Amino acid sequence: MLPALFFYLFAFVLIASAVMVVAAKNPVHAVLFLILAFFNAAGLFVLLGAEFLAMILVVVYVGAVMVLFLFVVMMLDVNFAELRAGVLKILPIGLLVGLILLFELVFVVGAWVTAPNLVSDAPAPPQTEVSNTKALGQLLYTDYVYLFEAAGLILLVAMIGAIVLTLHHRRDVRRQSIPDQVARTPETSIEVVQVESGRGLK
Amino acid sequence: MTVGLSHYLTVAAVVFTIGVFGIFLNRKNVIVILMSIELILLAVNINLVAFSAFHDDLVGQIFTLIVLTVAAAEAAIGLAIVVVYFRNRGTIDVAEIDHLKG
Repeated sequence: MLPALFFYLFAFVLIASAVMVVAAKNPVHAVLFLILAFFNAAGLFVLLGAEFLAMILVVVYVGAVMVLFLFVVMMLDVNFAELRAGVLKILPIGLLVGLILLFELVFVVGAWVTAPNLVSDAPAPPQTEVSNTKALGQLLYTDYVYLFEAAGLILLVAMIGAIVLTLHHRRDVRRQSIPDQVARTPETSIEVVQVESGRGLK
Repeated sequence: MTVGLSHYLTVAAVVFTIGVFGIFLNRKNVIVILMSIELILLAVNINLVAFSAFHDDLVGQIFTLIVLTVAAAEAAIGLAIVVVYFRNRGTIDVAEIDHLKG
């Protein structure tokens, strides 16, 4: 009873905030509703017994990706009202396509009959001897270690790509010149002076 | 009142549809289009985790991790492109990105 109640709570808030993401006039509000949607999706993951993924969703998505979105939305000085002009013209056909897609997907889900012994009625009960995180790690670091390394490579390429794209070389600031420093020789930079005793150096 | 697999699949289908609809609705604003793509990927993740839980097979959750990784990389690169484009042109209107047109 209680899991069902929480399922409907999380599902309702998830769908409502997803609608607000695409309907909000202010993009900052859209990002905040997207954060709410991810929190509720994390709640659904907890109900399904995937605690590790729920925490990853909260930490990585809400903590990093959504803050990045928020940062970019607030950094760019864009006239968002202008971008929404003409939305009423596209609204009917968008609704039509969306509703057709939704009905098709729901019909597929509703009419779908799986073999009775393949899908259980309830989510698998949490194992008592090994936690979800440990079980995932035992699988990820053994059978799927190449996939794991490929994921790390994807993140590395994305990081380098983002830096290369946004690196902005400003010309009006003083900065270190590595070639000039490397090209220095003792002859050009050191001067040996014979100082007579008692006279000092002028 | 038991919550079965089809409940989760229906929620994911609704979120997926909202994501596709969001691309139609905000077809000029790149940032909201990126957010709609995040919604679509979230729906896919809900599907994968639901199947993983109801089949008692953890591989679905492994795949969800990979999808999350790719989605994070995509968001970072996409936002970097948006920032560079805004710096060069002063707008993020998708309709005005037609410089490669002959």
